Amino acid sequence: MNDELHDAVAAGVLGAEKNYRELLQSIVEVARAIFHAKASSIFLLDEESDELVFEAVAGEGSESLIGRRFPSSNGIAGFVLVSRQPLVVEDVLEDPRFSRETAESTGFVPKGLMAVPLLHEERVLGVLEVLDRPSDARFTLAEMELLGLFANQAAIALDLLQRARRAQDTLADRGDLAVLARMAQKLEEGREEAGDAFAFLAALEKLL
Amino acid sequence: MTEEPLPAWSLPTDAVERIALPEAWPGEVTREWAWGGATGAGVRVCILDSGVETDHPLVGRVQESIAISIDGEEVIVEEGDTAGDLCGHGTACAGIVRSLAPECELSSVRVLGAGFTGSGAILLEGLRWAVEQEYDVINMSLSTTKQKFASLLHELADTAYFRRTMLVASAHNMPVESYPWRFSSVISVGSHDQSDPFAYYYNPAPPVEFFARGVDVEVAWTGGGRLVCTGNSFATPHIAGIAALMLSKHRELTPFQLKSLLYLTASNVGGES
Repeated sequence: MNDELHDAVAAGVLGAEKNYRELLQSIVEVARAIFHAKASSIFLLDEESDELVFEAVAGEGSESLIGRRFPSSNGIAGFVLVSRQPLVVEDVLEDPRFSRETAESTGFVPKGLMAVPLLHEERVLGVLEVLDRPSDARFTLAEMELLGLFANQAAIALDLLQRARRAQDTLADRGDLAVLARMAQKLEEGREEAGDAFAFLAALEKLL
Repeated sequence: MTEEPLPAWSLPTDAVERIALPEAWPGEVTREWAWGGATGAGVRVCILDSGVETDHPLVGRVQESIAISIDGEEVIVEEGDTAGDLCGHGTACAGIVRSLAPECELSSVRVLGAGFTGSGAILLEGLRWAVEQEYDVINMSLSTTKQKFASLLHELADTAYFRRTMLVASAHNMPVESYPWRFSSVISVGSHDQSDPFAYYYNPAPPVEFFARGVDVEVAWTGGGRLVCTGNSFATPHIAGIAALMLSKHRELTPFQLKSLLYLTASNVGGES
């Protein structure tokens, strides 16, 4: 790829990642506000390391948590991820183990939390959590529906973020698709002598 | 019952007597007839989940604890699993079944806890193992979205149905395709927000077939603790527990009949709640 094209694509991809991160951040901010909660966070599943990673956090414990990782089967977030079932836990009554595990995965010890899997098509991408709603408000099924709607939005944003990162890896010569970027670069450099190569690629495209 | 094999594929007139039902159903099926006086005694219920804490006061005796894992191609079934419950969820489900059917026999098959990778395959193998053990009821407050497991899970759900194992599974309240709750050979359960554990509703617009108590349920949790939880995960063991009561009073019920009985005694059909 020539420098200009590379720069143009890179600018788009880099900008996209920033935008998608902002979108995730706005989703947790809105989730926190709507549920009058102390905090809200989105975890991304890193399939390679089998870990959950803090991707966006609003409220208590925010900034310092971004990028922190923990095993994908830990605690409530882990269960929600693996079982694909949303879960609301309230009124933690004297359970040190629960407190420790949730503290590890949230940055503080909540009295209660709502957790919902982020599903996109058949993939599970991560988990959305909302921590410490007001303790006097009884949880309703309408809130569960609302949480599900947020989860949909968050899942789409996470999917876009992952795509942007894969595109970035490709540009940076990493990942399975790097070969395509290199081919594009060679074709761009030798456009005039590349007639046969273009014909071959057109045939390959048809085959795929 | 006769010792001659039952007609399986066809029914000649002279064989009609041989498929006579052991017990006639009354004209009006009531909850009293369905499970009045029943305790769940003699019914084997399996909790396919994150494990069950064995000495929890709300759970009581756990007959057996099994852990399923996969090493390469090999499925490992570890009997006498001592890991307990890795996140609390299985213990919560077990406690709910116990509260409704106090004398049923509870077993735990742990399919969660080894991380996300391979969790769909472990769930499938755990269910296969549980179906082979011919439990009367299997509580499955979990599902998978992986399309590649759908047909195998479907086969297993049907096998369970024909072997008189009732699979009770949590429905999804999100617009995604997940399994096995969508299959008609299982009982799928969503939540209502009432506090009566014996209130349950038949849904005339499936795939969710029944609604049971699933909001603000006080449940058993790890470390001998209790939590108040919400989710279809907790509605499901309510139906599993009621199914165990029905089976302990009417041992001969097939999954088809059990579903019919749940329908006839649902709060919005003929059941008083």
